[in-house]
Amino acid sequence: MSKYIQILGLILFCLALLIFTGMLGLGSITLNEESLQVDAEYHKNAILAAAKAEGIYNTPVSNIKFITAYSNVIAQASKQLESEIETKLPEGVQPWDYAIADWRAKNYISATVKTGADGPVNRNPLLFCFLTFGLAIIGGLLYIIPKFNEPKGIKHDGIYHDSLTRGITSNFRNALLLITIMGILIYGFFKLQDYFWPLVTICLALLISYFVFFRQDSKSNHPQRSVSPNRIGWLGVIAGTYMLIFYVLLYWAPSYIQNWITMVNPISEMLSGNPASQWFLYGLMYTCIVIVMGVRMLTKYQHNTYQKIRTASVMFFQTAFAFLIPEMLVRLNRPWFDFKNFWPLDYDFFYKYNIDQLTSSGSLGLAMLIWGILAIIIGIPLMTYFLGKRWYCSWVCGCGGLAETLGDPWRQLSDKSMRAWKYERFIIHGVLAFAIIMTAFVLGHYFTGVSNILGMNVESVKSWYGFFIGAGFSGVVGTGFYPLMGNRVWCRFGCPLAAYLGLVQRFKSRFRITTNGGQCISCGNCSTYCEMGIDVRAYAQKGQDIVRSSCVGCGVCSAVCPRGVLRLENGSGDIAQRTDAMRTIHITEDQIQILT
Amino acid sequence: MHIVIIGNGISGTTCARWVRKLSDDQITIISSESKHFYSRTALMYIYMGHMRFEDTKPYEDWFWDKNNIQLIQGHVDAIDFDNQSLQLNNNTTVKYDKLVLALGSKSNKFGWPGQDLPGVGGLYHLQDLEQMEQYSDGLERAVIVGGGLIGIEMAEMFHSRHIPVTMLVRESSYWNNVLPPEESAMVTQHIIDSGIDLRLGVNLGEITSGKSGSANAVIIKETGETISCGYVGLTAGVSPNIGWLKGTDLQTNRGILVDRYLRTSQKNVYAIGDCAEIQEPQQGRRPIEAIWYTGRMMGETCAYNICDKQVEYNPGIWFNSAKFIHLEYQVYGDIRSSLPEEHDAIVWQSKDMDKLIRIHYDKTTHAVVGFNLIGVRYRHEVCEKWLATHASIEDVLQHLGMANFDPEFYKEHEEELIRLYNAKTGNALKLKTKRGLSKVLQFLTNA
Ligand SMILES: Cc1cc2nc3c(=O)[nH]c(=O)nc-3n(C[C@H](O)[C@H](O)[C@H](O)COP(=O)(O)OP(=O)(O)OC[C@H]3O[C@@H](n4cnc5c(N)ncnc54)[C@H](O)[C@@H]3O)c2cc1C
Ligand code: SF4
Ligand code: SF4
Repeated sequence: MSKYIQILGLILFCLALLIFTGMLGLGSITLNEESLQVDAEYHKNAILAAAKAEGIYNTPVSNIKFITAYSNVIAQASKQLESEIETKLPEGVQPWDYAIADWRAKNYISATVKTGADGPVNRNPLLFCFLTFGLAIIGGLLYIIPKFNEPKGIKHDGIYHDSLTRGITSNFRNALLLITIMGILIYGFFKLQDYFWPLVTICLALLISYFVFFRQDSKSNHPQRSVSPNRIGWLGVIAGTYMLIFYVLLYWAPSYIQNWITMVNPISEMLSGNPASQWFLYGLMYTCIVIVMGVRMLTKYQHNTYQKIRTASVMFFQTAFAFLIPEMLVRLNRPWFDFKNFWPLDYDFFYKYNIDQLTSSGSLGLAMLIWGILAIIIGIPLMTYFLGKRWYCSWVCGCGGLAETLGDPWRQLSDKSMRAWKYERFIIHGVLAFAIIMTAFVLGHYFTGVSNILGMNVESVKSWYGFFIGAGFSGVVGTGFYPLMGNRVWCRFGCPLAAYLGLVQRFKSRFRITTNGGQCISCGNCSTYCEMGIDVRAYAQKGQDIVRSSCVGCGVCSAVCPRGVLRLENGSGDIAQRTDAMRTIHITEDQIQILT
Repeated sequence: MHIVIIGNGISGTTCARWVRKLSDDQITIISSESKHFYSRTALMYIYMGHMRFEDTKPYEDWFWDKNNIQLIQGHVDAIDFDNQSLQLNNNTTVKYDKLVLALGSKSNKFGWPGQDLPGVGGLYHLQDLEQMEQYSDGLERAVIVGGGLIGIEMAEMFHSRHIPVTMLVRESSYWNNVLPPEESAMVTQHIIDSGIDLRLGVNLGEITSGKSGSANAVIIKETGETISCGYVGLTAGVSPNIGWLKGTDLQTNRGILVDRYLRTSQKNVYAIGDCAEIQEPQQGRRPIEAIWYTGRMMGETCAYNICDKQVEYNPGIWFNSAKFIHLEYQVYGDIRSSLPEEHDAIVWQSKDMDKLIRIHYDKTTHAVVGFNLIGVRYRHEVCEKWLATHASIEDVLQHLGMANFDPEFYKEHEEELIRLYNAKTGNALKLKTKRGLSKVLQFLTNA
């Protein structure tokens, strides 16, 4: 019986996914006097003329074609304007404002895509919400809830037999990673019209690789233990690609996903009173996914109270703090603010617009500003001293929340090789340094008004960070690579806040994972299922406590250990000796001295 | 000096690693099963799809080169003890200055008719796993003969692939020659609840073969019942893998006989791990202990002895652990299947029958002698210290929280044990120490 319910659930979910994908092509967009939204009369005239010449004026054009056609029209209009600068420049208009700049063109397109659209989604947004969000949630839950009846215990049967969760071979993985990163860099070059930062990034990447491969002499440290030996899980590749494309569209081409945004409009209006943006869509999806996949976590770890409470916690923080409270704040005319998202993860916290907005929003805004700053200086290190970084990374954080719920089926794909660990240390601390430098520039600019610091343009540092780290790394690679490199790619290699928490955890914290004397049988379950790619077994089999800056304290290693060897705990007694090798050694030097 | 180790299991590998820590001698490991050391205890997880073979290797493949440990994949056919040289199956010879035999075990077969048919196999080597894999497609039933720790693992393996399993167990309740009645009953019930066809009090009569020549059924000795199946697993224990050494100058009994320094009867030859038989075992220990941690300890001890730092092999107080499908099991100290006259017991079981805590203590001195746990984790070092110092049951109970090693937020059951003890003895003990690391550290560092 429950099997049929599960199959039904799966069918509903796939249907929802199909509709979700297919609906992007629905409807048409009409360019006419009403739907055209521009900043200046002369732009309007030029665009209308070009549109008429191209034959798209006042004729509905299908959704996807429209964006290309309209960009074309704008380009022509702009060219036309360019040629008449000499003769027709109106009084008081700067010459560089006369033609249509790229960023303006983007705004024009996205405005018309909103106002000129007509189609089934515009007419029945809530129906589409139901067919996508609704069906996916219902289907997902129908699939998941029967699992509450399964026997309590570890549920890893067949993970490496399943095409969705098996992972890919090392060459294929490296190739995909390289293509993705290069793709992002090249796109960044065109998008920001800036070759300096993409080049700097490539140089740094080469330098890091040089250090990892040659200076630390691990050319031969081939990561066999982290990738499928010779089989590729194609379903995983497909899932990863889907997510990757989703993020690319979300961050860099939201006009193409206008139908999704339109569909959630009524929900946004209801919550905050504002029309939806792509970020509202993303927040809503994110929250739904964390909740549904959180229920899955609850079924999987019915026997483990730590996992249950922790999962409930990330579900709560995502729903309340990341989603509902900020929307409510907006409804009350207060700034959108996520109380649990801290700098440097929240990298624009010190941006001028944010500081200005907070300082001009009365005492609540000021309180938010102070809250954010105190958290960084006092709250975070103090909490981490007492509890380890887990209090944030696997109990509170939104990125962690997604990783622990949506990402759980892929946690075993994290790379456990020494080589990956070396990369990790360089990259994550590099990002932390980048975040600090970038913020220093921003604050320098804020206080002094100087826009070039050390010969570098503050604006360009900011936009490269936002583009490459904020969007490319944390979104596209961070989540798109879940099914290829495990669920914590961002948290492990990129998150500057995790780097900061990790430093505290490594050097001054009561937290560690203790090992249970001689009970370890080196089976490797712990290492396999550590999402941070920590080779837990390497410590456990020696009887050494695990004190690693990257450990997010998810507790899964302890949960999956078949011999009861690992325990996450806090204690101050031996804080200086936490990392000492081999606390539980059975043959001691003392014994030798006595005997010989 | 050239140190050669035969066998790259936990004992051989640990020995090599410690020799490397202690000296710069040349080290060679010769083993036939796999090029690199992997964790035999994780064999089941490969079949079940929890891990890949690569994940069972405790060290990455570059580790050996980096530590200058030479690996040879090959089989040793003969040893010339006088000339200190080995004959390999590819006709090469290898000279040694010191030799360590870490040969491991092989699955027992008791001369059952049909035991060597295709489709019949134990679970010890990688090759056994390959054979299971080969027969698994479309397999309609597997029969497992023997109810020990490997038997239950094999049952779980087939079960994970939805292949029906019948287990033939000689005892009247699962593993009741080792487990006390309550534990044995719990595990028996758990096996049955998991959907495994458990047959108690029966022996294998014979294995029959079909047209294809491979096993197609087993016949039960007592009842004559025929159970048709496509695979027969033989898991009636293991014994030292030393057949090829019988009749040589090396002294053997069931295993290779060694003294307390793990030296065999031959000069410069040591034996460790499953294949070693200790002539004068420590009190409370058996001559052959085919378990993981003893292999590890012997490997370490042997390394010291090879490097001329004499250390006696001393595994200390008995402990072990296992997992019966979803039930975790740990034991510390002396818990026998039937309570000896001079011991007393307190046993707590949860209502759902998924947890059990048992403590045995001496009737006269009140010193604790052992702990048995199912579904609850206890801390090795704390239990060990109590046992070593003969702590009294009252003392242990009042600080029992220190032993608790369950994850945070798990229910603590120590008070229930105290209640049981108070009810039994009329005492009014109270729990003084709850679960938590700080107290444990204090306790362990206090001499
Ligand atoms: C399925 C299974 C589960 C287990 N679970 C547990 C558990 O949970 N806890 C526990 O404590 N113990 C467990 N054990 C027992 C534990 O695995 C063994 O005690 C341990 O592996 C023995 O290690 P070893 O180094 O002595 O020998 P082995 O690991 O057997 O290594 C010996 C190696 O030497 C090779 N070899 C032998 N002869 C030759 C030769 N002539 N030439 C070349 N190579 C040779 C063999 O091929 C083998 O690879 C389990 C065993 C099995 C099979
Ligand atoms: S700690 Fe547990 S899971 Fe990890 S290797 Fe040891 S026994 Fe296996
Ligand atoms: S070491 Fe354990 S608790 Fe830490 S991240 Fe890895 S699995 Fe989670």
